Amino acid sequence: MADELRCPIAADTDVVQARQTGRELAAQVGFSPGDQTVIAAAISEIARNILMYAKRGEVRLQTLNDGGRYGLSIVAEDEGPGIRDVARALQDGYSTSGGLGLGMPGARRLMDEFEVVSAVGQGTRVTMKKWKRTHG
Amino acid sequence: MEVPILKQGHYLIASIQSALSDADLSQLREALIERVGKFRSRGVIVDVTALDVMDSFAVRTLRDIAHMARLRGAETVIVGIQPEVAFAMVQLGLTLKGIATALDLEEGLAFLDRQKQGRIDRG
Repeated sequence: MADELRCPIAADTDVVQARQTGRELAAQVGFSPGDQTVIAAAISEIARNILMYAKRGEVRLQTLNDGGRYGLSIVAEDEGPGIRDVARALQDGYSTSGGLGLGMPGARRLMDEFEVVSAVGQGTRVTMKKWKRTHG
Repeated sequence: MEVPILKQGHYLIASIQSALSDADLSQLREALIERVGKFRSRGVIVDVTALDVMDSFAVRTLRDIAHMARLRGAETVIVGIQPEVAFAMVQLGLTLKGIATALDLEEGLAFLDRQKQGRIDRG
């Protein structure tokens, strides 16, 4: 398994950097341009959430090889205020920041696997994975 | 990264050259709305061909630009959404409902010209 790429998130330019790094890694794994953009968009949403709610955190990117099945894993972690109601945060249109409320549910739709672990007052970790399709 | 805004007749053309941060997008919104008044523009074209990703913030900002410009008397057209960007937008559940889009700059200009013609015809 390849080394982890770590992207610190503390400013809005870091969000751009993280999604571009993710796109490059996705291209290396062999994702289609469509899927590269999907991955970049998901990273953008999740990294922005770090900035909005926790001010700082990090995005870690790693390529996956599960017995010849290739993919990309993205972990976004912060030590911010945490999410009181994770199920609700995953609903379309729910936002406590005045946003569109599409960030988290949108990112979940874009990825194959999506998991949120959050504790109020301690932080949030979002783990998401995208697998390369063997056809198309 | 500041987005250059070109004035062409009654239209403003904002041509995004690279990936934009949230602050860049907000700055573009302010600059366009200010210039619609300054140049008494009737149309705004935002060319997003070079935009790497259209996420929820980018879509919200483009919607805001279009609505604010309309309140100031100008129509907005978003041009150049790339196929893979459109693909990701649909999956994210993002739409540009009520906002004109066109394939490219040429089509965008043609759209604004038709709008202007419509206004003249209606008197």
